Amino acid sequence: MAASDVVFRVKRYRPESGGRPTFQEYTIPYRSDMVVLDGLNYIKDHIDPTLTFRWSCRMGICGSCGADVNGQPRLTCGTYVRDVHKGAVTVEPLSNFPILKDLVVDFDDFLRKLASVTPYIVRKDWGDLTKEYVQYPEDVEAYRQQSLCINCMLCYAACPVFGSSPEFVGPAASALALRYNRDTRDEGADARLARLNTRTGVWECTFVGECSVVCPKDVDPAAAIQTLKFLATMRHMRRLLMPGSSSR
Amino acid sequence: MKRTVYAADKVGFHILHTLFQTSMKYDRIHRFDEYFVTSLIVDGGACAGVVAMNLRGGTMVAIQGKATILATGGCGRVYEFTTNGFIKTGDGMALAYRAGVPLKDMEMVQFHPTCLPGTGILITEAARGEGGYLVNKDGERYMQRYLPSKMELGPRDILSRAMIQEMKAGRAFEGPYGLYMGLDLRHLGAKKINERIPMVRELVEKYMGLDPIHELIPVRPGQHYIMGGVSTNGKGETTLPGLYAVGETACVSINGANRLGSNSLSECLVFGAACGLAAAGFAKKKASYPRGAAAREALKKEEARVFDGVLGRERAKETVAGLRVEMQQLMERDVGIFREESALADACGMLGKMRDRFAAVGLADKDRVFNTELTAVLELDFMLDVALAIAHSARNRRESRGAHSRTDFPQRDDANYLKHTLAFRTDGPPRIDYVPVTVTKWQPVERKY
Repeated sequence: MAASDVVFRVKRYRPESGGRPTFQEYTIPYRSDMVVLDGLNYIKDHIDPTLTFRWSCRMGICGSCGADVNGQPRLTCGTYVRDVHKGAVTVEPLSNFPILKDLVVDFDDFLRKLASVTPYIVRKDWGDLTKEYVQYPEDVEAYRQQSLCINCMLCYAACPVFGSSPEFVGPAASALALRYNRDTRDEGADARLARLNTRTGVWECTFVGECSVVCPKDVDPAAAIQTLKFLATMRHMRRLLMPGSSSR
Repeated sequence: MKRTVYAADKVGFHILHTLFQTSMKYDRIHRFDEYFVTSLIVDGGACAGVVAMNLRGGTMVAIQGKATILATGGCGRVYEFTTNGFIKTGDGMALAYRAGVPLKDMEMVQFHPTCLPGTGILITEAARGEGGYLVNKDGERYMQRYLPSKMELGPRDILSRAMIQEMKAGRAFEGPYGLYMGLDLRHLGAKKINERIPMVRELVEKYMGLDPIHELIPVRPGQHYIMGGVSTNGKGETTLPGLYAVGETACVSINGANRLGSNSLSECLVFGAACGLAAAGFAKKKASYPRGAAAREALKKEEARVFDGVLGRERAKETVAGLRVEMQQLMERDVGIFREESALADACGMLGKMRDRFAAVGLADKDRVFNTELTAVLELDFMLDVALAIAHSARNRRESRGAHSRTDFPQRDDANYLKHTLAFRTDGPPRIDYVPVTVTKWQPVERKY
């Protein structure tokens, strides 16, 4: 190995060959400005075309290239080899998800969780649809942070609660619920809080906070979940004291 | 009146996620995530659905439908240096093209002036809209030499050409990824940068390791958008009944030879809605569901072509990565920002040879499940069709217009070329034809600033 090389230890799993996941090592040329995704693409193009991983935008927007890099869930496109390189770079599929092949994991359960929080604007009466629903900058600011999620699932890979209770609705879906609950155009807050106040809802969270640490977009799902716990409690109290009222 | 709307500098991002999330409201929308379409099903002169590879299951399936809408975006990956994602390989264009639908105005390729060297990550126009300067290595706002009335707010094609001219004149910076110019936002101040163009700062910090509040942003022009695409009318209808196209995949001709920033959003929102309504109306009116026979036949044909044919080819000298890079570099060099006859003739010839060489591309990965080497080969197959359409369309337009700049024909020639190019697929080179431009309210005039 030359001084200008770096070793990638990549976890391989090939369903058609059977067996358990194994590690494979690749030695590739090192550049100071290379990201982990560049390394994976170098391997795919020049050494081993069978290595399988998802990627597209290479700029932290599409959210498809997540993997555990040296044990930490990261976007491989935004992780510089120089920052994680300790003799070797270990790349594994995101923790807590079923592996389909090599670094490709199954995201269907995650998408069902997103769908479970009613991730769209709910209204009893849509009124005149040819007119705009005006929002002021401060209205947008109320949910802007939660609207920046790119569905990369790093927060689920980092969440020990999701790891042990796969039914837990989880960080990104909770943050998305808060995004719509804070939208002045929405009237669905009550139903969302009812969903999150169940056995698989926000109370499962023990506030470890790893989700917010690994989030590449500063969505801060941990804070969102704490806010939702408060809102769900308020809703519960209100329903006890004022039956028939609704959350807004 | 403002000509567009904004969600800071993340407009497309918010449209995408709002649309995706809202789609979850409707039980009758069935998503087929990670299915790769390999061909259209054509039955009795109409599109009757698609044949697709289920990547996770490793099987080929026929998905029948009365109406089919192509919305696969652009084809930036036919170029080496592009702002587009890795998946923008022109699949929808090639699918329609292979079914006999013409591709319109494919020579009209937009190059965006401000992309980060190395990665091609786009620095949005808003950076200049908010007052950013373009400077050369002497610190001079060089646009005063090319377009003093508009300076940095000039159109993308002129700004991109000016960059190439500054580079040729030896006034560019030099870095590890070649020549570049400077985008200077420092005079805007931290507050304006953070409020109005937060994504610019985020991207530059993350992917260049620089803070635009204090440092120049290195930029160079890169492929960004294709004005051409599957020929459609304003309702997204193609010449094949039941087949629709919308967005960058389509050419509805709102962009002419030179798209303005944000017009792609109209293509999504305005023409997306029109196309959806037209396709739904078509499906409603069509009494009978497609017969199964054509779908079964198409499925068999694609299984044989992809699984027995492409997947069966042993890996040898010709590799998908090698041929792809060759094609991308050729397109960059000969069918790029400046074009002329001998380079275009060379490109047409070389691409034809690459079409033949493609038949020898073999695979190391023989799995059916999630075989991304196989999808890369099928994408290269699509890209070669698209690249050929671009090169031949460019060679046949012997004038300069908008983004299409011929050094051997620098003038616009309305007498001969006020018309749309149509490229039809044949077994040999594309057949090029023309249709008149529909001129309504705005008469063509000389472009002056």
